[in-house]
Amino acid sequence: MSKINFLKPDKTNLYTFLYLGTFLFFVSILDVLLNSFFSFNITGFLPDFLSFLLPLLIGFLGLYFIRIELSGIKKLDLLNKHINTNNFNAVLSLLIIFIILKSIPPLLSWFFVDASFAGDSKDVCTGSGACWTYIKVWMRRFMYGMYPNGEQWRINLSFISLALLGSVGYFATDRFKKYLTLYYVVVYPFIAFLFIFFFISGGPVFFDFSYGIIAAILSVIIGFFVPNKFKFYYFLIVPFGLYILLKYFIFYEEFIELGKLDGLNWVETGAWGGLSLTFIISFFCLIFCFPIGMAFALGRRSGFPLIRYISIGFIEFWRGVPLITVLFMSAVMFPMFLPADFFIDKLVRCIIAISLFEAAYVAEVIRGGLQALPRGQYEAAKSLGMGYWRMHIFVILPQALKLVIPGIANTFLALVKDTPLIFVVGLLEIVGMLNLAKTNPEWLGFAMEGYVFAAIIFWIICYAMSKYSYNLEEKYKTDR
Amino acid sequence: MNFKLKDLGPQLITVVAVILVFGFFTYNAQVNMENRGIDFGYGFLSQESSFDVQFSLIEYDGSHSYFRAYLVGLLNTILVSVIGIILATILGVIVGIARLSPNYLINKFAAFYVEFFRNIPLLLQIFFWYFAALRALPLPQDADAMFGIAFLTIKGLYVPAFIWQNFNIFFYSVVAAIIAIIVIRIQAKKLQETQGKQTPVLLISIGLLLILPLLSFLIGGVKLEFEVPVLKQLATTSFIYEGGVSLPPELIALALSLSLYTATFIAECVRAGIQGVGKGQKEAAASIGLTPNQVLKLVVMPQALRIIIPPTTNQYLNLTKNSSLAAAIAYPDLVLVFAGTALMQTGKAIEIVSITMFTYLSLSISISILMNWYNKKIAIQEK
Repeated sequence: MSKINFLKPDKTNLYTFLYLGTFLFFVSILDVLLNSFFSFNITGFLPDFLSFLLPLLIGFLGLYFIRIELSGIKKLDLLNKHINTNNFNAVLSLLIIFIILKSIPPLLSWFFVDASFAGDSKDVCTGSGACWTYIKVWMRRFMYGMYPNGEQWRINLSFISLALLGSVGYFATDRFKKYLTLYYVVVYPFIAFLFIFFFISGGPVFFDFSYGIIAAILSVIIGFFVPNKFKFYYFLIVPFGLYILLKYFIFYEEFIELGKLDGLNWVETGAWGGLSLTFIISFFCLIFCFPIGMAFALGRRSGFPLIRYISIGFIEFWRGVPLITVLFMSAVMFPMFLPADFFIDKLVRCIIAISLFEAAYVAEVIRGGLQALPRGQYEAAKSLGMGYWRMHIFVILPQALKLVIPGIANTFLALVKDTPLIFVVGLLEIVGMLNLAKTNPEWLGFAMEGYVFAAIIFWIICYAMSKYSYNLEEKYKTDR
Repeated sequence: MNFKLKDLGPQLITVVAVILVFGFFTYNAQVNMENRGIDFGYGFLSQESSFDVQFSLIEYDGSHSYFRAYLVGLLNTILVSVIGIILATILGVIVGIARLSPNYLINKFAAFYVEFFRNIPLLLQIFFWYFAALRALPLPQDADAMFGIAFLTIKGLYVPAFIWQNFNIFFYSVVAAIIAIIVIRIQAKKLQETQGKQTPVLLISIGLLLILPLLSFLIGGVKLEFEVPVLKQLATTSFIYEGGVSLPPELIALALSLSLYTATFIAECVRAGIQGVGKGQKEAAASIGLTPNQVLKLVVMPQALRIIIPPTTNQYLNLTKNSSLAAAIAYPDLVLVFAGTALMQTGKAIEIVSITMFTYLSLSISISILMNWYNKKIAIQEK
């Protein structure tokens, strides 16, 4: 064995350095590990600051010794390349490993070990950990707000059916695939609207809901026999026509009886709340803000100066003000602008306000897509003799929307994250319910658990949405 | 003529529709206000406000006017926005660079931070910090001193106040240093363009910023003293700190959550900007013999900044608008003081909401005009 220069690890004494370095590295990790999991300090006999810094020093030395370029051992090279490129990186890597090791035990004990899960009163929560009993007891309130306990199956049923109806796209065969867009843009929102406002709201108007379903099913069935040429107009007109026909001319008497018999209790929107309200508001704002935004994006690119200036004014106005003032406006100022006997429900006003607000952001995103399209696309479409609407619907918008999927997904994410702001008008979705539960005299002092719970739920929703948008982006990516 | 008529149709319809909608609203507003006996006008701004605000940067109490209350709210909004912007920029740039680090652990840690904080609603984060995290802080009498001068307690952060003598001389020295730095920068740029010489501008700048104010202490007779907050007992269990500057917990929670949240977006802007500079640019710069520092300073950063700055400004605007969430934790910002308390007292819904919206609107429009001008200035001139 040749002479070893410890200041300059090299390949000739590879294994000496490797064993020494690995040993030192593991000693340092073991020290922190023991310290954090068993609160046992090996180096406790040393002065405070030294015992504090020792793991870092030892680990640094260890990483320094094993930093040997082109050692020929694949794993070592990978390790060096990823966490150990130079002294600075080695220190940072060590610090991050130590932070993770240090933070696991307190988190584990707060979340699981010392936490209380059982029971249904505050008395079980004596440990130092989280009190998940609180979440368990208040679960219904967090999910459904003040909605009466006995009626909550209506919300569940509506959401499940809507989810099933929404998943049709995955099961549709090729033959039906071409109608999917129409289904999702016109039919599905309509059914959802019927579900929410006649089923979740309840009341004697429940029978209206049956008309809607019957009209939708009938028109879809008849729709298959309509020639392709007229299909678009057919689906634009016939479902609504059938609905009105059913409601006012055909089954009127019978269904009034049915509605009276099986009518559901009316639940006013003030009692809605919790996570289900978050979903309802996000869903409708999402549906409404997209077409409005598209219209204003086209308006901003329009050749007519007056339309362009109106669109610019609209977009810049909504983008310039915070959502909270918009909701303030919808709560205190908007009723002044309506006739005295004209009343719009709080929830509907909220949905309108948020939709208009987010529409401005959607408009800007879509405008970005429109601007990114090469001028050749417009010229090619025009040279084929297409008019303005034909050109935009068949050539420009499909390409532009494909380009801006990430931007639109971000706007929708922002929308979902903005829904808690409706506390301004007195509607309590999950965060509002948490604040209400927190002030309950029987359950004081569990703010942390509540917020952590809501944060986990929102995080899952938003993260899933962003991953889904990433998938969509990959799916529709086309090379130019 | 034919073409013009064809163009006129849709525009006319739109304009008439817009006018009709606005006319309908104003007509209803007039009728409603007449019915309720409310008169429209901004005269109330000079009336006595007769409500108090917890925390204000300028002198204010109930005897001042509503306009003064508006100013208090506006200044508080600006204060929290400026603190948030500074913290968010520092954190965002660090995390953005860490996202590009070849170090696997740092990279993943930064990615975890970004994914974690930006997928949780800001309001929830504000509530978390204010109602859960900051409530775990010690009471004033139990608080440990940080470095012996500052106290972080449940009632807020107490830091020493600066007491200046001859402050204006110090101020002028700083202004002089900044002017000198600007002159030197221009000279250095000229020198580089004409002769290709590099001057260590950064070092000179830092030196000037340190030396000139120091001179003002030594020669100009500027004196600085600290007033350290002192614990004072009000009753047997009630303690407060006297003297120094106190930052209320609302401000701390708000600034903290705003900057943690916005930093994630700034980090993504920074990452996109640096990634947006082509690899060829760096290689070309290295191949003509520039050192790595020069490559970063002269080639990468100017191009990356062109991509980074516009979306980052957008994030600054978002942060300022998001600061209106202060109303949820009772930090007296513009929305809480003016659109909240003042509106409740006067009942002037239309006037107050419109002033509030107009304030935010003028803020964002002026910044976006500035941004458009800047964008045009730095845009690559295509031939």
